[in-house]
Amino acid sequence: MEPTNPVVDYLRMDRIPHIWCPGCGLGTVVNCFVRAIHSCGIERDLISVVSGIGCTGRMAGYLRLDSFHTTHGRPIPFATGLKLANPKLKVIVCSGDGDLFSIGGNHFIHAARRNTDMTVICVNNFTYGMTGGQVTPTTPIEAVASTTPYGNSEEPFNLPHLAESAGAVYVARWTTFHVRQAIKAMKEAVQKSGFSFVEIISPCPTLYGRRNKLGDGLEMMRAFKEKSKVKNGADTREVGLDFKGDIICGKFINRERTTFLERYNTRMAARLGAAYKPYEGVL
Amino acid sequence: MKADPKGVMTGAHFLDGDHACCEGALSAGCRFVAGYPITPSTEVVERIAARFPMVGGIFIQMEDEIASSIAIQGAVWAGAKAMTVTSGPGFSLMMEHIGLAVMLETPCVFVNVQRGGPSTGLPTLPGQADMMQARWGSHGDYEIIALCPNSPQECYDLTIKAFNLAETYRVPVMLMMDECVGHMTEKVVIPDAGEIDIVERRFTTAKRGEYLPYETYGDWVPPMVKSGDGHYFHMTGLTHDERGYPVMNAEAQEKCVHRIVNKIKENADDIILLREADTEDADVVVVSYGITSRVALKAISMAQAEGIKVGHLRLITAWPFPETRIRQLADQGKALVMPELNYGQMYLELQRVVEGRTRSHLVPHGGGTVHDPEVIFRKIKEAVQ
Amino acid sequence: MSESKKSNGPRGKVTINSELCKGCGFCIEFCPADVLDFSNTFNAKGYHPPRAARPENCTGCDLCGIYCPDFAIFGVLIKAVA
Repeated sequence: MEPTNPVVDYLRMDRIPHIWCPGCGLGTVVNCFVRAIHSCGIERDLISVVSGIGCTGRMAGYLRLDSFHTTHGRPIPFATGLKLANPKLKVIVCSGDGDLFSIGGNHFIHAARRNTDMTVICVNNFTYGMTGGQVTPTTPIEAVASTTPYGNSEEPFNLPHLAESAGAVYVARWTTFHVRQAIKAMKEAVQKSGFSFVEIISPCPTLYGRRNKLGDGLEMMRAFKEKSKVKNGADTREVGLDFKGDIICGKFINRERTTFLERYNTRMAARLGAAYKPYEGVL
Repeated sequence: MKADPKGVMTGAHFLDGDHACCEGALSAGCRFVAGYPITPSTEVVERIAARFPMVGGIFIQMEDEIASSIAIQGAVWAGAKAMTVTSGPGFSLMMEHIGLAVMLETPCVFVNVQRGGPSTGLPTLPGQADMMQARWGSHGDYEIIALCPNSPQECYDLTIKAFNLAETYRVPVMLMMDECVGHMTEKVVIPDAGEIDIVERRFTTAKRGEYLPYETYGDWVPPMVKSGDGHYFHMTGLTHDERGYPVMNAEAQEKCVHRIVNKIKENADDIILLREADTEDADVVVVSYGITSRVALKAISMAQAEGIKVGHLRLITAWPFPETRIRQLADQGKALVMPELNYGQMYLELQRVVEGRTRSHLVPHGGGTVHDPEVIFRKIKEAVQ
Repeated sequence: MSESKKSNGPRGKVTINSELCKGCGFCIEFCPADVLDFSNTFNAKGYHPPRAARPENCTGCDLCGIYCPDFAIFGVLIKAVA
């Protein structure tokens, strides 16, 4: 029997090869994601993947799962609708740093605040790849982008700190070099009840690496290996990223909070009494 | 299929249009609403927030209208019937997701209780100036359906109709209310559930692995699925083929747009609802919709009292535009008068349709109140000469 | 890799789909058993895909498969194949 690539069963192979560049980390993230959901114990039919727009936005389209390629910045509210209409679904948002934290930033903080039961995986490559390498809210100071030709002067978001502050119950950061840890983090995140967040630092050699003289995908991966420091449980205030500084990785937050629906049902039952049947979906 | 009695508040009620819209949604089987507060539509979601938990539904107040207008689409793809409710400024924010609903062919309802614009405009006062926005507000080429109630009773009836049309054609349906209709309180009769016709979603019978999301099998409208059914389907706002996969070429684009446009155009006769009075032997026909149709009645009776043969055509369906009937009236030589609470939006369509066939007259109004019937009356007199 | 491991025979096997490869080199760089090298040949897209230069070292850990962004390589345990 010829062995088969374990990832193939979860891919739309009629769409492979994908559109991502040589040395892009997105395919690696897909590998990690597939292994995480394969081993997470959640029934495959109930997994629904939602992406926004951009290079990472294409992730949903390559996965042989229920998958939605929505509008720019809005995968989280789409996912909110999916989850609330059918709470049995395991809803996972996979999108990029520009999509989730620039145009979609408001949705991120509100979903985290509500503790909507979903997992958000942000592939952070510090740039808008699809449109040619513009600055994003995670681009480090100094880094050159097509819209910051003299270097970025804006303070970037520290995503784990933002996620923790807004209410996420699980927060981890790894790079595409840390594949085993990334698989474990994604698995833990999808198994976690509530709003979980995993940031994966990923190379965009074509538009971020080249412009910033960081080399090709492999060189960027080597830099991830050299500059990453694992600090599980680190204070998220201390994990912001510099242009060429250390990359603090690890599982930073794992805590319990009542989810949106749990709190909703508790409140309704407290107020409406026996007349209220706990909401478990529209169907 | 008949309505689920659980959501149907059978009986005669004294309701405003906003509350009647909520009851219509419940009767139609809507169990998911996402919205954001905005005058003069807020009463719709306030009643929804109170009523839905009692009937197994859910309301969520999202962080903005952008989120609301896509949350409902997530809910639809999980199997719900869903709607959102807003007014002008929020409607502007929703435009991109009207396009998404068109492209994914997500059946859903957008309620716009129109107020005066542009911008923040007149939050508490009426307008009808979002009519072209409803039709063309999102980018790209497409068709939608828009309905215009002129009473709380119709807010109830047409909300049900909006859901039924959305399911039949897999299209976003706009319920274009206005502040007057939304805040006007009148008798609303809600029938027994067994008397309310409901169009249920048409789900695929394809086996696992065989479902093609945009294969219509010769029909205009493809069958649906919901997430969780094991079809591993893909939806994208990109131009796509039958499989739902992105295809970036002109041929796929033509096929996609052609069906999105023509599934509505080719079924326009089945979609369009009109009300007519005294048009047969009329010399002048007043064409109007929404609250303005009620003001027009007063002007018409003033004209009829003077012996002018004037009829009334009321557009319950604004989009697709009822051009066949209007062209018939024009070809019979009847002059057309169109009052609306804007500076000529639906009138542009009317002009296009009757150009070279008959005379047409706009009665413009900036909004903030309704027309003085006297002004419409004078235009009728002008038209008859 | 040590001779002693080699004498036990390979524990794993890599399978390479050369045509999917875009030549990023992740698999070669991060293979913990140093199994892979770039091949001299080109695939249809003009990239040098990897080749199993030292197959006897393979442990079947599949790190190559996890790293490969193009789903062009994977490793399996030989006992799993058998």
